[in-house]
Amino acid sequence: MLKDITLGQYFPMDSVVHKMDARYKIIITMLFLVMLFWGQHLTALIAGLFFVIVATALSWIPPKMVIRSLKPIISILVITGLLNLFMLDGGATLFQWKFLKITEQGVQTSVFMLVRICLLIAGTSLLTYTTSPIVLTDAIESLLSPLKKLNMPVHELAMMMTIALRFIPTLIEETDKIMSAQKARGADLESGNIIQRAHALVPILIPLFVSAFRRAEELALAMECRCYHGGEGRTRLRVLKSGMRDYIALGLMILMLAAVIVLNAVLY
Amino acid sequence: MPILEAKDLTYTYSIGSPFEKTAVDHINLQIGQGEFVGIIGHTGSGKSTLMQMMNGLLKPTAGTVLLDGKDIWEKGADRRSVRFQVGLVFQYPEYQLFEETVYKDIAFGPKNMGLDEKEIDRRVRETAEAVGLKEELLEKAPYALSGGQKRRVAIAGVMAMEPRVLILDEPTAGLDPKGRTKILSQLRQYHKRTGCTVMLVSHSMEDVAKYVSKLLVLSHAKVVCYDTPANVFARGDELEKMGLALPQITRVFRLLRDRGITFPDEVYTVNYGAELLRARLEGREPQC
Repeated sequence: MLKDITLGQYFPMDSVVHKMDARYKIIITMLFLVMLFWGQHLTALIAGLFFVIVATALSWIPPKMVIRSLKPIISILVITGLLNLFMLDGGATLFQWKFLKITEQGVQTSVFMLVRICLLIAGTSLLTYTTSPIVLTDAIESLLSPLKKLNMPVHELAMMMTIALRFIPTLIEETDKIMSAQKARGADLESGNIIQRAHALVPILIPLFVSAFRRAEELALAMECRCYHGGEGRTRLRVLKSGMRDYIALGLMILMLAAVIVLNAVLY
Repeated sequence: MPILEAKDLTYTYSIGSPFEKTAVDHINLQIGQGEFVGIIGHTGSGKSTLMQMMNGLLKPTAGTVLLDGKDIWEKGADRRSVRFQVGLVFQYPEYQLFEETVYKDIAFGPKNMGLDEKEIDRRVRETAEAVGLKEELLEKAPYALSGGQKRRVAIAGVMAMEPRVLILDEPTAGLDPKGRTKILSQLRQYHKRTGCTVMLVSHSMEDVAKYVSKLLVLSHAKVVCYDTPANVFARGDELEKMGLALPQITRVFRLLRDRGITFPDEVYTVNYGAELLRARLEGREPQC
């Protein structure tokens, strides 16, 4: 059923990576992505692989979980791989059949691309595996806070994200209930063509929207009753704190990125 | 032959995860044609899960549900037709209203059954009357109605399918006392008029004691007892230990008994209790 969908794949553990400051984790992940795409040489991929393996080991996340995170993108991987394989032209021709042609360049680029995308997904999944969605939005708010000077409603955006995350499971449960109720009245959700199926969604979507609006109104009222007045002067229950491990991790990441950049410059 | 039967029915949520929980644990149950059954138990005792298995919305983890002696999960069985025969009104059913008018919403079920316009019209008008909705409300938008009215529209929506078994999951939750009595007495009239089987889920003894012919008490996913109200309330101490409050009138008579004023059987309706007391005071035989 719908309940089995896991959104926000937080995997609670008591590891060093879990305890790290979420802001640093976000910055490191971003640098990691830069490194993956900047590096034009094998070393960048090796560095990336090294990063993912070490981070997985330190976070105590079962490696199976990290590999599983690649499952949803298998189709993208296949398409990217095939496109690169056949479209790129360069180097010696390895295989030719009518208009299909595989060249050395094509093989090299497609393998590169595949490994890159896999590492990208695995690396970013580690971020969401080790950081709860709520802490993640807190960290994003904190990182974006300089934009407040430009009159960007950073706190409001973060609050909206937090509320959305909070209500996803609630609304899924609600959808489940409404679906059962309409099925009990003979609604047919499983058969028919696309148009019929879209039509069959009406009895589910309307009550769902109505209930979402009702909840929004109730929540707004409850927040006002507790004197919520936006971000100004608001303190946090969980304060983000950075420490030695965050500085070390960031330092290592910067070193790795610098090495990749230097190698790039030297080799090309 | 019972119209609806559960055999070793079991349902476990989230199998294989740390949140695994057995909500219904090997339940055996027979519901006879035309019975009015009350189902009582705490929140989390498995009432709702059991009811959703009875009309084929949830697939049992183990065991079978038999409708007219036929397994509803048998290969090739038409579960949609099972749902038309065993109508289920969910908790807070008013949140499922979606049509532009009350009329159309009540007609949703019958329409899904593929009935013709005339038959649908008859059913909509009849059930609207049965739940006490006035004609002029039929053309209104459901969202413009009061909470109690919406609830009755939702109940009518299931009644209009004219199911042979009507299951209601806490139909009076969140209503004021007046709305509660109204819905319950309309339900009883409906039961009398149509002769169909009704199952009423509730956590209030007070509500069900007056109306039902049989009581099913659930606790921790298992059946505690399934008997006539008199026999169930005779085990009052046991029920109270499970935290299920007896009807007030039953408690009054139990206190009387503790003080030495005894009556032959268990009392669970106010009228009956009043008659017993009056007869005792006047020194005659009670008349009912």
